Amino acid sequence: MHKDNQPLIFEITKAGRIGYSLPELDVPEIDLSSHFPEGLLRKESPELPEVSELDIMRHYTALSNRNHGVDTGFYPLGSCTMKYNPKINEAVARFPGFANIHPLQDESTVQGAMEMMFDLQEHLEEITGMDEVTLQPAAGAHGEWTALMMIRAFHEANGESHRTKVLVPDSAHGTNPASATVAGFDTVTVKSNEFGLVDIDDLKSKVGSDTAALMLTNPNTLGLFEEDILQMAEIVHGVGGKLYYDGANLNAVMAKARPGDMGFDAVHLNLHKTFTGPHGGGGPGSGPVGVTKELAPFLPKPILIKENDRYTFQYDVPQSIGRVKPFYGNFGIYLRAYTYIRSMGPDGLKAVTENAVLNANYMMRRLEPYFDLPYTQHCKHEFVLSGRRQKKLGVRTLDMAKRLLDFGFHPPTIYFPLNVEEAIMIEPTETESKETLDSFIDTMIQIAKEAEENPEIVQEAPHTTVINRLDETKAARQPVLRYTKEEELVKA
Amino acid sequence: MKHRYIPMTETDREEMLSAIGIATVDELFEDIPEKVRFKGELNIKPAKAESALTKELAQLAAKNADARTYASFLGAGVYDHYKPIIVDHVISRSEFYTAYTPYQPEISQGELQAIFEFQTMICELTGMDIANSSMYDGGTSLAEAGTMAAGHTRRKKILVSETVHPEARDVVTSYAAGQFIDVVTIPHKDGVTDLALLEELLDDKTAAVLVQYPNFFGQVEDIQKIGDITHEKGGLLVVSANPLALGVLTPPGKLGADITVGDAQPFGISEQFGGPHCGYFATTKKLMRKMPGRLVGETTDSEGRRGYVLTLQAREQHIRRDKATSNICSNQALNALAASVAMTALGKAGTKEIAYQNIAKTAYAKSAFEKAGFEVKYGGHHFNEIVVVLKKPVKEVNAKLLEKGIIGGYDLGLTYPELSNHVLIAVTEQRTKEEIDALVQEMEALHA
Repeated sequence: MHKDNQPLIFEITKAGRIGYSLPELDVPEIDLSSHFPEGLLRKESPELPEVSELDIMRHYTALSNRNHGVDTGFYPLGSCTMKYNPKINEAVARFPGFANIHPLQDESTVQGAMEMMFDLQEHLEEITGMDEVTLQPAAGAHGEWTALMMIRAFHEANGESHRTKVLVPDSAHGTNPASATVAGFDTVTVKSNEFGLVDIDDLKSKVGSDTAALMLTNPNTLGLFEEDILQMAEIVHGVGGKLYYDGANLNAVMAKARPGDMGFDAVHLNLHKTFTGPHGGGGPGSGPVGVTKELAPFLPKPILIKENDRYTFQYDVPQSIGRVKPFYGNFGIYLRAYTYIRSMGPDGLKAVTENAVLNANYMMRRLEPYFDLPYTQHCKHEFVLSGRRQKKLGVRTLDMAKRLLDFGFHPPTIYFPLNVEEAIMIEPTETESKETLDSFIDTMIQIAKEAEENPEIVQEAPHTTVINRLDETKAARQPVLRYTKEEELVKA
Repeated sequence: MKHRYIPMTETDREEMLSAIGIATVDELFEDIPEKVRFKGELNIKPAKAESALTKELAQLAAKNADARTYASFLGAGVYDHYKPIIVDHVISRSEFYTAYTPYQPEISQGELQAIFEFQTMICELTGMDIANSSMYDGGTSLAEAGTMAAGHTRRKKILVSETVHPEARDVVTSYAAGQFIDVVTIPHKDGVTDLALLEELLDDKTAAVLVQYPNFFGQVEDIQKIGDITHEKGGLLVVSANPLALGVLTPPGKLGADITVGDAQPFGISEQFGGPHCGYFATTKKLMRKMPGRLVGETTDSEGRRGYVLTLQAREQHIRRDKATSNICSNQALNALAASVAMTALGKAGTKEIAYQNIAKTAYAKSAFEKAGFEVKYGGHHFNEIVVVLKKPVKEVNAKLLEKGIIGGYDLGLTYPELSNHVLIAVTEQRTKEEIDALVQEMEALHA
């Protein structure tokens, strides 16, 4: 890895070079200008690269070397469940019978794919304790929106379209209020109490006949289990509202507690988190939704059904919220999740949760003397430290995060959740060894000491990466969002 | 239990429990109320070892008819195109696929630069000023274009041409319902948007007109004219474009599009039973701050080195929370990378060549069908799809074709009731003359 500018693919292009292999045309040539009216034919070719195959491979290999993934090193990014991505998943997803099938083929020719989908739905129903599951949503936020649209349709079907409020705790993921808004609801924030849990009195004061739903992450984004969940369910159900489970943190409770048993009416899962999607540099994800029987009539179309060992898609679903995505969701991703679940089995999933929670608690207790820990009870799969002690020394959480880069670690999630000052949110996952955890802990302790003894080294970090901290203000004020050839820039 | 993905040994566990100050792991779960604690064992299939599971799933995959074994003439929004082998090698670099959103730019320059290049390539193909880092797919991208237009114009009605992919139209309707936006369909006439009806339905409450290029029937519509009509009433023109066709066709940016969206699946992304594919979203400078999704921008570090960061985040859901106009968070980054590699491999010459081959092969298929006595509907300009009229139900014909190793076209009667016995045939550069001849011959034989 070097610290010079990495050329853009457009900067290594050379007129006349090619990187493709297309066959000779085996049908008669046509004259494009007689085939299309003049205005429809593009006059200038797109300025795409002209490079050889080796150029491409070297370029992207160089880029990959400037990127940190789970396979590179520890990645304790809270709320993202950056666990190991099994390689069998990648192999299975590339089988021609899965990778090269068309979504509109006759159902008789894709029974294998549909069988997998049906089996996965049943597995997810059992894991979440819900009655029905749809695999259609493409990501977590898409699942949130899908479920909220179903809840809206449910209330409307009952003549209760006045239920326009969705309650969201102040510790919730940013997507929760955003999803509520794009599903046509107004959001109402519910406060957390001194223990980092939903303030029951505040919840009581905010529910009413206009409540459509409460969105809850359990364990919440502080990594704490909402112990009053049954009471909360009673309060929300008592006024006719529905309870929505954000499944981002499911890794904390698999085989230990199921959303369905806690009283939730709808659940979304992040298969790219809990079930090893993988994360892909930001996606694709997969965000199935599970619901109770009561909400099932509103599921998005089509519904996958099994009759006498034959699988079919049902499109005649009168109360459905409609289609949320063309075709059937991110098949290639939930196929990986299915492979993972089948690799783990019931004991394996239980062990996943136990080890994820053990790892988080171990780290939390070992780091507790060196950082502020706002909530001291046992955590679940993640925990949140506060950097306020170090902030007083002039070292911010951002600085400590950047300092971690010098030791080859991806930093934790920072400045989230919003209800913790200088938040550092750590989620180790179950796939990391004790040696890795210890090494990270020792580094964090060293950084805490540096903050006291040599703050500059932290404030000026990172020191070893290919690039220093970047000027984000400049990026936002004078946005350069695409490459432009220098001569074009001069013209402009 | 021991598992290859879980490294903790018994000794590790003992040491950790003692560091925490507890005796058993169960104590960590005591905050879960007794009443909701799950006590039994999950009733799911037992774990399977790697080889056995691989074998089982290979057998399941083998139950499906795939486009490697069959000659596929099925398109309708998802296409069997040349996928350079190098694509899979690049996206298998696990520094890419095991990373998440590049929140820490110092150790994510690879991903950020790759996205910046993707944004540039999409701008080049579409002729738009700005492109984002990707959306879920073409359908949801189109839907978000509709809601964005409604937000921008503060109007609550959008018009969608009937020649837009039926499933994408359904998604537009679902998204619009979320924000109380009315969706009105503009009927088609001879396989293209009926311009007279467009003018009739369009009013000063219309936020946008949504069209597809080439459209669902494979026709290339007069986008410019639709744009002119739309703009007259202050609406936005949203074009859903097949990016592969733009190797030859005039980019929507030159035809008046305010937003161009679509799916990059034709570039290096497998069909995968419909997903994951890769939505793209491009717009004008003027609308930059209204667009959904993530954007990567260029900047410099303290030593003046060029680098890339996520930028203009003030638009995004995690900042705007309850004021957000889109909730997209995870996108399709890895597939955007796949598309970038394919666009790079094809490059300036290859994108033109591949588009040309699609047009030439489709023109050949059209004339072969006509010679064999079939009616090929709609006289307009075809890209890589044609509508062929059958005397028998499409399902029946396709069942026979399958026996001959051919996956037939899309049964238009499923979504356009007036077009029963009409089949939408896609001919990509992957289909050989021999395969096209065989298709026509077999269909002719069935026709008799």
